[in-house]
Amino acid sequence: MTGRIFSGSMRAVPRLALFVLAWALPLAHAASPMGYDDARHLLARTGFGPTDAEIRTFAALPRADAVARILGNARTVATTLPPVWTAEAGPLRPPGGASAGDEERKAFLREQVRRGLELRAWWMQEMLVTPSPLTERMTLFWHSHFVSSQQKVRVARLMYLQNSTLRANALGDFGTLLHVASKDPAMLVYLDGTQNRKGAPNENFAREVMELFTLGEGNYTEHDIKEAARAFTGWSLDRATGEFLYRPGIHDNGSKTVLGRTGNLDGDAVLDVLLARPETAQHITTKLWREFVSPDPDPREVRHIAQAFGDSHYDIKVVLRGLLTSAAFWSAENRGTLVKSPAEFVVGTLRQLAIDPASALPFAVLSAGMGQNLFSPPNVAGWPGGNAWIDSNTLLARKQFVDRVARADEAPPQMLTIVGRWPEESMAIRAAPVELREPAVAPRSALAPLGAAADDRERALRFQRQVDRGMRDLHFNAAQWLGSRKGATTADRERAAQKLLLPLPPQTPPPPDSDAASFVRATLLDPAFELK
Amino acid sequence: MDRRSFLRNFAALSLTDTLAATVAVMGPAQVAVAADAARPNYARILVLIELKGGNDGLNTLIPYADPAYVALRPKIGIARDDVVQLTDRAGLHSALAPLAGLWRDRHLAVLQGVGYPEPNLSHFRSIEIWDTASNSAEFLPEGWLTRAFAFAPTPRTFAADGVVIGSSELGPLAGGGTRAIALASTEQFLRRAKLAQPSTAPGNQALAHIVKVEADVVQAAAHLAGHHGFRTEFPPGNFGNAIRTACQIIANPSGVAVVRITLSGFDTHTNQAATQARLFADVAGGILALQSALDELGRWNDTLVLTYSEFGRRPRENISGGTDHGTANVQFALGGRVAGGLYGAPPDLARLSTDGNPAYALDFRSVYATVLEQWWGVDSRAALSARFVPVPFLRT
Repeated sequence: MTGRIFSGSMRAVPRLALFVLAWALPLAHAASPMGYDDARHLLARTGFGPTDAEIRTFAALPRADAVARILGNARTVATTLPPVWTAEAGPLRPPGGASAGDEERKAFLREQVRRGLELRAWWMQEMLVTPSPLTERMTLFWHSHFVSSQQKVRVARLMYLQNSTLRANALGDFGTLLHVASKDPAMLVYLDGTQNRKGAPNENFAREVMELFTLGEGNYTEHDIKEAARAFTGWSLDRATGEFLYRPGIHDNGSKTVLGRTGNLDGDAVLDVLLARPETAQHITTKLWREFVSPDPDPREVRHIAQAFGDSHYDIKVVLRGLLTSAAFWSAENRGTLVKSPAEFVVGTLRQLAIDPASALPFAVLSAGMGQNLFSPPNVAGWPGGNAWIDSNTLLARKQFVDRVARADEAPPQMLTIVGRWPEESMAIRAAPVELREPAVAPRSALAPLGAAADDRERALRFQRQVDRGMRDLHFNAAQWLGSRKGATTADRERAAQKLLLPLPPQTPPPPDSDAASFVRATLLDPAFELK
Repeated sequence: MDRRSFLRNFAALSLTDTLAATVAVMGPAQVAVAADAARPNYARILVLIELKGGNDGLNTLIPYADPAYVALRPKIGIARDDVVQLTDRAGLHSALAPLAGLWRDRHLAVLQGVGYPEPNLSHFRSIEIWDTASNSAEFLPEGWLTRAFAFAPTPRTFAADGVVIGSSELGPLAGGGTRAIALASTEQFLRRAKLAQPSTAPGNQALAHIVKVEADVVQAAAHLAGHHGFRTEFPPGNFGNAIRTACQIIANPSGVAVVRITLSGFDTHTNQAATQARLFADVAGGILALQSALDELGRWNDTLVLTYSEFGRRPRENISGGTDHGTANVQFALGGRVAGGLYGAPPDLARLSTDGNPAYALDFRSVYATVLEQWWGVDSRAALSARFVPVPFLRT
């Protein structure tokens, strides 16, 4: 007995020392400015390619203050004005509805596709200019979580409304977000909620809400899905306005049992059952860890942060604060361990190189070519992300993009001849020497996956031209940019450029005495530039 | 047993044990190929066509004479007069009519009732089970082809182990050290590959991944060359382009063992009829062009085409003119060495499970075992971690 107590207190000594150390260290950080590297890390992880000026502003703050400022300044609406048609209530079907002719239907769909492109450009523009990058990153995160795709939803306005809903709640309350995202019109179309009725349930939404949106695979049964599908019956859309409509006539009022809870449950009741399960906070926290901290969530830390998340009744800022102030977030071995998504890669490159494009559309198309077509995630599980962003195809698309950016001002003068004339159709385009340089290709498959509706060939060609034009129209002078880095000597300025652009030391350092263009190009082509 | 200890144990088996086990399953005539594990026959190509979303097998090979079928599908059921009759009980969807010639030539085998025990109805989990050849409740980090190539590597001179067209998910080629290239077209790949360069020992896993992909690009670009002029006309559209790209890759002298093409859109919860017909027209036209182009190259006899999906769909149609996620499904095997005909067993529609799905008749891993052992001559146990009896759909 005595022995046990003795050995116990022996162990307690180093533990106490550790405790004091662990308590004192954050205090030291809390008091002192975090410096350039920490600020770069925080901004790269919570935004899109931070600029040197942004990093310097944050470098003066202690870590906790910086995190608090980012969370405190988060916006809930976009700063960029959306296309005007987003404000116009419109029908979900071509005039004439089900009896519309083939031509009317095609014209309607063509218009939706055109609007979809405008929408991509609008969001890309917002990512470029937003004063609240974390809001856009979180909107993107929820877009890949509460997935809908324009490929199925078709109606661009519904995609816009969903995007606004996700943004409004992006850093709000996850419970509210789950309820509004589940009744979102685009979601009701995308996961066949409108097809789900008493006596003939459609299980699509019921399955995904458990597997992907809340509990995660393995935490429910097939029986739970069938019962939940019955509870969601009656959730529908007003075809004239595109708004959510509850239709009591097709709601199944029978008794259902979902995860042990029995009663005449409706859709909201089932969502509350899902929110009451601890697996939901775990699932969301784990996914956010992969988004912001590292590819390998630490189960103990996740449990700890998920507990606080649940205790706060799903305040998303609580889970983000937990992640962004965790030891794992700041640890050296987790720096540069996450792959930038294509949107982050494209927007970040433009921001860090101080390039201000005339139109964001070509860059939305380029992002699609790299595997992230905004408003069209590949399937209901969203973009898999992480290392899956990089395969031979997408890696080369990324490298080709930065190669062209780095050499933008090398373009022979005739390359610029069609600028300003587009899009006055194909004569000007054909007359232009378009093949002088390798075009930046957005693979068709990215914009319309194999098997998608047929008439996308011409559309792909149009995308191609827009990308080409956008790239030609882009101005970047490597010597000027490198010259404006901070530093007394060329070597100092080159080091500053590397510290800004790369989260890790360069893997393929440019040869000594490279000229400015070669130096910038080599830095952008470095494998470390793919990372954050 | 984990993979490593399995491999160790397997290596410890004497040659005679291996032979005895092989003979027991395959019969003596085929042993000569299979026993030569040191030299698998990767001159034979596997073309995988993934029908993503869960193709409805019951409206692919249609049991038009089965009254249960008619009863389960009052709206989307396909009538006797509209099928391409293969037997007096089963026929193909009419959009697959272009494949009738291959069926007559006995180059088309239809595998019926393919599935696995304790089926999972999630797209993502079920395709993971197919891609990793795992049991229903088992999570494996590597694709079944990745394990096969780790056990019996392709020649070093190959441009890559496999090429993936139209998808960024490597599926059966995922994980491990497989040299897998994802591309949209060979010309574009070669132009851009100039931007890749080998670099040094990496640090974290993300960086290691990027460096490896870059090295694979360099290797593939060094070996994939040229542009073969085919007389064959490829169908317009994405799938036709993917087939053309597959043929360009196969035309290269340096070789790859596997080409995978993904066609999405088969998750037909609503209005299935029009969608499936459109997709099948793509599939049939694409396969026909593939056969024609490979005939030009004299490679059709060295090619095995295999279609697959994560699962089949529920026999009873839903109210939206579609079908929900199901289980047992049909697969096509096509090629000059395929022994055409029907294999496996059609789903028993009179005996569906409580959730309305049929039992499977043929484990999908038996199909993989056929590919590994009888197509390439590779012992399948390393990749499948158990012995699955091959299905005799190949003429050797």
